[in-house]
Amino acid sequence: MESVLEAVKALASGFATTFIHIFRKPITEQYPEYKRPLPIRARGRIILTRDPDGEERCVSCYLCSAVCPVSCISMEGAEKPDGRRYASWFRINFARCIYCGLCEEACPTSAIQLTTEFEFSKKDILSFVYEKEDLLVDHQGKDKEYCFYRYAGVISKYGGKGEHIGEEKPVDIKTNMP
Amino acid sequence: MLTWILGFIIMIVKLTLVMMVLLVIAAYLVWVERKFLARLQIRYGPNRAGIFGLLQPLADVVKMITKEDTVPDGADRAFFLIAPAIVAITAFLMFSVVPFGPDINLWGHRVPLVVTDLNIGLLFVFAMSSLSVYGVALGGWASNSKYGLLGGIRGAAQMISYELSLGLSLIPVVMMAHSFSLVEIVEAQMKYPFIIVQPLAFLIFVISAMAESKRIPFDLPEAENELIAGYHTEYSGMRFGLFFLGEYVHMMVFGGILSVLFLGGWRGPVLPPIVWLLIKIMLVSLFMIWVRGTLPRLRYDQLMTLGWKVLIPLALLNILVTGAVGMLIK
Repeated sequence: MESVLEAVKALASGFATTFIHIFRKPITEQYPEYKRPLPIRARGRIILTRDPDGEERCVSCYLCSAVCPVSCISMEGAEKPDGRRYASWFRINFARCIYCGLCEEACPTSAIQLTTEFEFSKKDILSFVYEKEDLLVDHQGKDKEYCFYRYAGVISKYGGKGEHIGEEKPVDIKTNMP
Repeated sequence: MLTWILGFIIMIVKLTLVMMVLLVIAAYLVWVERKFLARLQIRYGPNRAGIFGLLQPLADVVKMITKEDTVPDGADRAFFLIAPAIVAITAFLMFSVVPFGPDINLWGHRVPLVVTDLNIGLLFVFAMSSLSVYGVALGGWASNSKYGLLGGIRGAAQMISYELSLGLSLIPVVMMAHSFSLVEIVEAQMKYPFIIVQPLAFLIFVISAMAESKRIPFDLPEAENELIAGYHTEYSGMRFGLFFLGEYVHMMVFGGILSVLFLGGWRGPVLPPIVWLLIKIMLVSLFMIWVRGTLPRLRYDQLMTLGWKVLIPLALLNILVTGAVGMLIK
């Protein structure tokens, strides 16, 4: 008899809970009307940023392409007359991209970055292949100050390349070319 | 001859009207269920197709009809194709004995507001309810799928078990109304609805009716987290739609029978009788949805224990007590 009473009490409390829920405002976010503000590090569409001087940050080191687990990044490196490297073409296949953010982590120059933009679904799968002009933007992205060339190859107070104690002179890699 | 033709025409008109109204209400019952269940779970429910998602049933029908109708390899084709129809047809037929108003006069003819006033109406309801077991069991077996088969077997076992308590719970009502005809049972509730004198029978009937229409917490035949979709796993398109439709018509029919047997049928103040019946059916359906939003599914042994060890003895006891009280009053 006691167990019956207990069961009735449990049932009543359950029904009361769901009944109260009718009068509560639903907690669902209505997506296209309301867009939840995304955290800055949310991983969406990929961009190629410029350094504070307005130059392309990408030095075409292929690290992003190498680390990409689905191999969706490809590029070809080239060199300007002043010796600065850049990508003559840069291509990301967003139909393959899994937005893991490893390319951003690998990038030594903060060139490749993921944005919070995620609404670019399309019906034509070929239109997901983004070329360099689609990827390149006119701002610094998340990293406002960083400029690779201000830190790399700079002569410090200990001297330039090959001048540290026990360090060999740098090899001119161009001589290895066939 | 003329009266015969007139009667025939009236019959066809009544059939068409009842069928149409049932179909539309069943479609919108799906909407009500999704909407109300969502509110019970602090969600919005469908709200994209039309205002408040009111066009959702239409969109669903279009989707169901335009989908491919697949028959799995190795299925028993004839039974596979016919099973959904059995479920839907028996559900519709059950409503044919439910009265939805008092007799009206049409050009000097007395027209009863019921599709057919059978003097064994209640037995007809049970016969049809038992026949719908064939739809479930055959549909599950003919699919040639283990989930379908398990769902079908469970469905058959569950529905046959609960048929008993369903029938037994109504014997006291028949004893009090002195008739199997649903029209006369409504007549007998002129002074007070039977729920006042038969609360136990009402309770047993509600529980058994939920088990008969395979709703949560008795949805073992289709338990989605163990059997995918149970007996209609292999169905697609409108054939699945027929199973779905049958289930909702079933729910409405039980709402109708419940209001006829216990809540005074179409009786009620001010509003016209049909509106009262619809209100009662809707209230019963809302209660069933509320139960769905609250209770978890029973285990198979709990289901059988509840049916055989609790409901059937209680129903038998109820018959005895009703009989004894009836004798004493006489």
